[in-house]
Amino acid sequence: MSDRTITGVERGEPRAGAAWPEEIYRVLREFEVTQFAYVPDAGHKVLIDLSLADPAVHSVPLTTEEEGVGLLAGAHLGGGRGVLLMQSSGVGNCINFLSLAKGGQFPFLMLVSMRGDFGEGNPWQIPMGQAVSPVLEAMGVICIRAEESHAAAATVRAAATMVFQSGQAVAVLLTQRLIGAKPF
Amino acid sequence: MDAPPDFALDRNDAVPRLVGRHEDFLVVAGLAGAARDLTWLSDDAPHVFALAGAMGAATAMGLGLALARPDRRVLVVTGDGELLMNVGTLATAAVVNPPNLAIVCVDNGHYGETGFQKSHTSLGVDLEQMAIGAGIRTTRSINRTDQIPEASRLIREGNGTSFVLMRVQPNESAPHKRDLDPTTEKLRFRSALIDGQEG
Repeated sequence: MSDRTITGVERGEPRAGAAWPEEIYRVLREFEVTQFAYVPDAGHKVLIDLSLADPAVHSVPLTTEEEGVGLLAGAHLGGGRGVLLMQSSGVGNCINFLSLAKGGQFPFLMLVSMRGDFGEGNPWQIPMGQAVSPVLEAMGVICIRAEESHAAAATVRAAATMVFQSGQAVAVLLTQRLIGAKPF
Repeated sequence: MDAPPDFALDRNDAVPRLVGRHEDFLVVAGLAGAARDLTWLSDDAPHVFALAGAMGAATAMGLGLALARPDRRVLVVTGDGELLMNVGTLATAAVVNPPNLAIVCVDNGHYGETGFQKSHTSLGVDLEQMAIGAGIRTTRSINRTDQIPEASRLIREGNGTSFVLMRVQPNESAPHKRDLDPTTEKLRFRSALIDGQEG
């Protein structure tokens, strides 16, 4: 076992000083998103921390990602807006609840930090990571990939427009090209 | 369909007594029996959103609704099977603890919709204890009519998320045919609430 310190990037956190997580947060607030539901992931660390520090929003830790689908549906019933932050492994937990998206035409915005794709070093992450787009699309969720840091906020803006103006369910996949691949 | 004596209340009597004026709440109803109870009680009123799928989502939906509408009291009415499917949501509701959310579990100890197979609550699981363990501070278990008024006040006046476990006999809910289209229900709910025809 190595005695060197594991870096944040190796935990899947955005590179220090990366501007895109804060830019994404600003876009979400611009769209009046006030419910930030999450199962923690290193790729969402900055977004989660910003929501926790923001007295104008509710930051909701979930025990399983599917709760977030229900939460956001309830928010929509009341005229509120939310976003679900999760890792790709959590997508599988959401599938039946996404009946609300496909059958009930509820708008949904989810940001999925990817594992199991570009450069993945943990074989356990590969099956669900590779299944993210097919299973989401099967449940009526449009998937948009964000590959580059300079385009991340614009991608979230595009997704939020499709969700909150066009009433769609959209997942932005924050890929491992963007957030970095875990080497372990 | 034999039930232990503590599953004693008649849901067709006890649910209306507990809920009282349903118009005072925005309601999310779980599947099957709980959905029929509330759509029957409210005569399909628009402020009741009843699920017929996404089993386990009712409490989370009530939580999102309560956060979005702090000006209204939100009531989740669900069954033991629906709650058991996502019992972790009790922990999420407890952590967020909105002052305007109440959760009622109509516990008949059975999966009524699928042939009255016993659920875990007939086999020793106590959902009030799970709610307490999850951190919900205000909880009650009731199985007698004389306990209903106090529980009814609790779900209306609580200043944090409350949980009432109502143990009922494993009888059928009132027969009630409701609209099962979630899109229709959603549009109706939002139209009544947000366009200001209600509340």
